[in-house]
Amino acid sequence: MLSTRNVNKKFGSLVVAEDISLALPKGVRYALIGPNGAGKTTLINLITGMLAPDSGEILLGEETITTLKPFQRVRRGLARTFQINTLFPHLTALDSVTLAVLEREGHAHNWWRALPSFSAATDEAAAILTTLNLQKTLHRETRELAYGQQRLLEIALALATRPRVLLLDEPAAGVPKGESAELFAAVEGLSSELTVLFIEHDMDVVFRFASRILVMVGGRILVEGAPRDIARDERVREVYLGAGHAA
Amino acid sequence: MANANTRWLEVIFWLGTLLPFVLAPNYLSLASQIAITALFALSLDLILGYAGIVSLGHAAFFGVGAYVAGLIAKHWWTEPLSGLLLAGLLAGIAGYALSHIVVRFRHLALIMLTMGFGLLLHEAANSASALTGGADGLQGFKVPGVLGFNFDMFGRTAYAYALAVLFLSFLVCRRVIHSPFGLALRGIRENATRMPAIGAPSLAHLRKAYTIAAVMAGLAGAALTHTTSTVSLETLSFGRSADVLVILILGGAGRLYGGLIGAILYMVARDQFSGVNPQYWYFWIGLLLVAVVMFLPNGVLGGLSALYKKRQ
Repeated sequence: MLSTRNVNKKFGSLVVAEDISLALPKGVRYALIGPNGAGKTTLINLITGMLAPDSGEILLGEETITTLKPFQRVRRGLARTFQINTLFPHLTALDSVTLAVLEREGHAHNWWRALPSFSAATDEAAAILTTLNLQKTLHRETRELAYGQQRLLEIALALATRPRVLLLDEPAAGVPKGESAELFAAVEGLSSELTVLFIEHDMDVVFRFASRILVMVGGRILVEGAPRDIARDERVREVYLGAGHAA
Repeated sequence: MANANTRWLEVIFWLGTLLPFVLAPNYLSLASQIAITALFALSLDLILGYAGIVSLGHAAFFGVGAYVAGLIAKHWWTEPLSGLLLAGLLAGIAGYALSHIVVRFRHLALIMLTMGFGLLLHEAANSASALTGGADGLQGFKVPGVLGFNFDMFGRTAYAYALAVLFLSFLVCRRVIHSPFGLALRGIRENATRMPAIGAPSLAHLRKAYTIAAVMAGLAGAALTHTTSTVSLETLSFGRSADVLVILILGGAGRLYGGLIGAILYMVARDQFSGVNPQYWYFWIGLLLVAVVMFLPNGVLGGLSALYKKRQ
């Protein structure tokens, strides 16, 4: 569904992505792990078009999207969330998600019809928020929501674009451990047609929710495999526990 | 309930705009200036208050509208409504052309850029004196009236005309704000980074908003030309761009009525202060601005809105 071929990116002499080639099949839940500074968020920025690669190719399905603008990639089915809440503080949760639905449907350019006449978009937005257990927050401004609710709203905004591939950048960052399992349970309940790649530091969550794991170190993909294989991989143990624990 | 209250306040406001005909018949010329300035402020509110585009050169479109209306009246015909529409159209074309550059910038660069374009146009009009009359302004034409009503010396027709243009433009602006496009503009103002991530072509939205605002500013400029039968270089001046920004800050940006309230406050204050002290009246305007920004940082309407919420 989503693939990259030999993607490279440097900031001056600092290599942040080196020869990254991935292939994420449809419906698979991927975890992207690695130490701080490994280049995980940079990889998401490259895939979503917020950064341009120096070389390499990014494909969504059969289509090359390397040179497309971020909003064009979203319209083709590639959505993301942000590590730090990137929301609309003074819009209500319902208005925020309705806006995303209107953009997807191509209605957001319409300036001659009143918003209430787009009730289908509002209904869909309310349904998405309800799916994520945010039905009580519909008419509250985003800035008034609890932090965990704002993290869920991040996901709701991405889902409103009806993605084929969803990239979640530390969706549970800052969320108490008990609540993060709840958040990932919501992610797990998403359509099995949807490919999900999530960055996460909590290994309990990673091994519980991911069906495949990618490990990044120093801008490179170190290894990719099933959770059981990754847990046993000596290179991964070395990265996380140090050379003394590898054997 | 809040919506019903708002609706009533709107009806009262617009009925109140008719009061000068009865209560202040000697001030109808000032009232028409206020209506035109209010329309100009409304157009700035669309880009500043709703889309977050700070402009210090918005008079460029006001001036384009004023000169187009003046040139039509001087060289071709004096029927104002067609002149008004053409002036709005040409100001919109100018706005659309400039928008391709302007919307790519934010913050300080944007302020400098819009100010630069405003100054360029001002000096271009100044140097093209054969066409514009230069520093003497465009004169030698007279718009007799509109729809069979003559522009009288008391300013009755002028105010009715300016008020009608303001009201119709306001209705369009209100529809824009309460449309999906208006929601998208608020989204850009709230978080320009997030918008592409929900599939929004933010730059295209901003270009459209900038163009609509330019049309409205052009209409305001043309209305001024029709009601005064003269066009001065001042219509393109930096001072006019700065004044309208002050008006919006006074009234409250991003509130639809902020520009209207700000225009009333500013123009009446200017009229009264300049009457008291013709030389130093800007001192009092400065004091008013400082007081509003210190005590009502979201403008008069923002302060009233906060007060209403507190009481609720």
